Amino acid sequence: MRISTFGAVFLGLLLALPIAGFANYKDDTESDKKFDPNKMIMHHVKDAHEFHVIDFNGKPISISLPIILWTDNGLTSFMSSKFHHDDSGKVVVEKNGEKFVKFHEKIYKLNEGAASIEFDDKHHPVNASKPLNISITRNVLMMWVSVLVLIIIFTSAARVYKKSENNVPTGIAGFIEPLIVFVRDDIAKPMIGEHKYKRYMPYLLTIFFFIWINNVFGLIPILNGANLSGNIAFTLTLAVFTFIITIFSGNKNYWKHIFWMPGVPVPMKIFLMPIELIGIFTKPISLMIRLFANITAGHIIILALMSLIFIFETIAVAPISVLFSLFITVIEIVVTAIQAYIFTILSALYFGMATEEEHH
Amino acid sequence: MDLVSPGFGLVFWTAITFLILLGILRKFAWKPILGAVSEREESIKSALQSAEDAKKEMQNLQADNERILKEARAERDAMLKEARELKEGIISEAKEQAKSEGDKMIKQAQATIESEKKAAVADIKEQVANLSIDIAEKVIKEELSDKKKQQKLVQDMLGDIKLN
Repeated sequence: MRISTFGAVFLGLLLALPIAGFANYKDDTESDKKFDPNKMIMHHVKDAHEFHVIDFNGKPISISLPIILWTDNGLTSFMSSKFHHDDSGKVVVEKNGEKFVKFHEKIYKLNEGAASIEFDDKHHPVNASKPLNISITRNVLMMWVSVLVLIIIFTSAARVYKKSENNVPTGIAGFIEPLIVFVRDDIAKPMIGEHKYKRYMPYLLTIFFFIWINNVFGLIPILNGANLSGNIAFTLTLAVFTFIITIFSGNKNYWKHIFWMPGVPVPMKIFLMPIELIGIFTKPISLMIRLFANITAGHIIILALMSLIFIFETIAVAPISVLFSLFITVIEIVVTAIQAYIFTILSALYFGMATEEEHH
Repeated sequence: MDLVSPGFGLVFWTAITFLILLGILRKFAWKPILGAVSEREESIKSALQSAEDAKKEMQNLQADNERILKEARAERDAMLKEARELKEGIISEAKEQAKSEGDKMIKQAQATIESEKKAAVADIKEQVANLSIDIAEKVIKEELSDKKKQQKLVQDMLGDIKLN
């Protein structure tokens, strides 16, 4: 009974996906009436300055988000609703004597005297510049929602232990504890080692659950697929954290293995040095690309399958599209956990390599 | 190209958010949860250890008991054996003593009997001698009361002497 209820809810969410997708594309293609799957998919996968929920009676319903810019005059901030859902640079917003336009989810600052944005052949703006943009975008908002959910889940789990007399996990803690013990016993301990893993536990647990929950949130269609963990900026930041921690926990043995590999002849040592040096950087880069590519690919597949309905312009394709995207979505649910696990276990592996003691 | 070029805004917010999340969860979630889990594991481990210890102690105790029992049994056996030996010794000694005593008494008795016998024989001899003398006296007196008889006696006696 429980499973079928879950299935029904899940199917309902899945069915909401094409509606939301359709709504988005409609906004952009009203002028040429031709469905462009590439545009629709990219629109979904990439970040946005407003939280578009649904189109109702041809009017987009969306949550307006603050746009924060750092210009020559300092910090400038206004709500994204001022653009009136425009994404083609037509609507100009004036604030503190500066003019801004939004074009393809990028905010440009128009130069003095310019009335509208113009582009050259290479799509570079000729009369506008890009200010430093630290807006609260759709992804940032979803990230904060996920953080809120994480804090609620884990602090309430922690409270369970505080209340119980002999640390018996009940309620939410009963669900959380196996996961935490899994991260400790199957990720941290074997990768870093029995003696040193404790230092890295907070970081490993945090990235594991942070990535996982954002992977899951990215799959919920009603949230319009806020694709945070499939955004390279997000994966880059986490990879950089892993990189920094690895570098700072590297001991003498670790650096010796990079700059002067023990146990091999001198020419080999010299040959290995640049390779190992590059290896320091390729490890976090692979982390960044793996998570980004896996999550983005999943989103693109699901959206592409849904686009088939609109490409063939027939409802007959719908069952196939729905079935296949259901199949992919189920796989993606598994992938959410697997990718979080891989990111965490590889981070732990790098920490373990950095802190490994000499043993000959 | 937009897809693979990280935007500064999201990097900025992700870094800040992640650090804050890490700080909050570290203090309010990971520390208490991991602490509680490891505390419980420790208590389970120590409980198991103490159970194992108790089991071992029990085994030791049992072994001790068995050993003591065995010792007691051996002691009892030894005591029984000793007692038996003692008994046998006493009996045989007593027997020997009794025998020697008996022998002694028999010897004594024999000696006494012998001496009594001797005394009796001597007494009898004396009495017989006296009696015979008396008889002889009487006989002789009788015999010698007349002349003929005296003659005859002398004659007989002479005959007897010859026979001897």
